[in-house]
Amino acid sequence: MNDTFASKIPALLAKYETDLLEEWIKAQLDATTLRKDLLSSADLRRSSDEFLSLLRRAATTGNLLNLNAPEWLPVKDFLAGVSRSRASQGFTPSETATFIFSFKQPLFTRLQEECGSDSRALAEELWIATTLLDRLGLFTAETFLSSREDIIKQQQLEMLELSTPVVTLWNGILALPLIGTLDSSRTQVVMENLLQTIVETGSEYAIIDITGVPTVDTLVAQHLLKTVSAARLMGAQCIISGIRPQIAQTMVHLGVAFGDVITKASLADALSYAFKQMGITVLRKQN
Amino acid sequence: MMNNIVRREVIPLLSDEDIVRARKIVRDWTISLKFSLVDQTKLVTAVSELARNTVEHGGGGSALLEMLDDSIRRGIRLTFEDQGPGIANIDQAMTDGYSSRGSLGLGLGGTKRLVNEFDLSSEPGKGTRVTIARWK
Ligand SMILES: Nc1ncnc2c1ncn2[C@@H]1O[C@H](COP(=O)(O)OP(=O)(O)OP(=O)(O)O)[C@@H](O)[C@H]1O
Ligand SMILES: [Mg+2]
Repeated sequence: MNDTFASKIPALLAKYETDLLEEWIKAQLDATTLRKDLLSSADLRRSSDEFLSLLRRAATTGNLLNLNAPEWLPVKDFLAGVSRSRASQGFTPSETATFIFSFKQPLFTRLQEECGSDSRALAEELWIATTLLDRLGLFTAETFLSSREDIIKQQQLEMLELSTPVVTLWNGILALPLIGTLDSSRTQVVMENLLQTIVETGSEYAIIDITGVPTVDTLVAQHLLKTVSAARLMGAQCIISGIRPQIAQTMVHLGVAFGDVITKASLADALSYAFKQMGITVLRKQN
Repeated sequence: MMNNIVRREVIPLLSDEDIVRARKIVRDWTISLKFSLVDQTKLVTAVSELARNTVEHGGGGSALLEMLDDSIRRGIRLTFEDQGPGIANIDQAMTDGYSSRGSLGLGLGGTKRLVNEFDLSSEPGKGTRVTIARWK
């Protein structure tokens, strides 16, 4: 690639922004991959418009091939947003990447007109335009796939039936790592199981870890509070760990107060609290 | 105010699984609207409260989900409806700590604090409708 070649693309994007927008929208509406069921034409227009003006701004720097440069950040942020939202709406990766690839046709047509009979310039321009749009398209597909994975993980967590064994972390310290949703009547069984194990083992501490619980509402809070009180009656202290910041904020608005219940950020913090209370110190062996 | 509805979905609320499903769908919608993690959690928790009230107190019903875009802001509006016993004393039901069945009694009051718009109408013997909205 010739470094001294000054592409006309930035100027072209500025000069024909509205025309390019209309041609591009038309190309997208005509495309067979368009999901009219998922995307309204108002939405399509809005995202196309926003993308074009961000592209034009990034291109004014003249750097069209290094997408790691800071001027491309707004474009990439925007595309990441588009990918994420399409991933959650049920688009396929190719339908999503087509958003970018479909811009080739209107852009190439303009470049052809602009370069006239200068075929060497046209070849350079087309190479730059293709490389740029391919990179942006691939970026879109990549963020799409990683968003898809995040969504699937969240859904799996949300759909998971609660299944939880009570584990003994130490003599006198039990842990109940809750993973899944606490809606079903099985939650009652899990909590009773914890109380039963407290009795059987004569444990002093029971750590209930809720890192894996996606939603803490009044029902979940009530299960937790009841368990804590029952354990207390049997002479054991419960520690609740793994309350994530967004859960903590939501609980405050909900009005759920854990009162004098001991809460710790992580299971590890809870364990070291229990150790401290029991007078246990953990030392690294010296040699 | 002119509200442009860009997505719409009705889901039945008859069982615990339906409550989980309602939360999951609303979670997806909040993600697609790029709600912050805190706002996602707030709305999903509100859904959990109202969906459970519909199932437990209302004897089952449905939820209407609407994604709104009025060009100034985007958001989600949710309407929970049942043909159950209704609520005779709404002030009492909204009071923190009041529950007719020994629960925490924070569901309705708490939900109101988690959303931007809250509207409850109910007629004894006919049913209950709660509409909430949260804007981005
Ligand atoms: N859809 C409904 N139909 C009939 N009664 C309802 C309905 N929703 C709420 N109520 C009444 O209002 C009361 C308060 O509701 P709220 O959700 O605040 O508390 P709760 O459901 O009893 O407990 P929780 O804190 O677990 O939500 C309920 O106990 C019930 O009597
Ligand atoms: Mg309730």
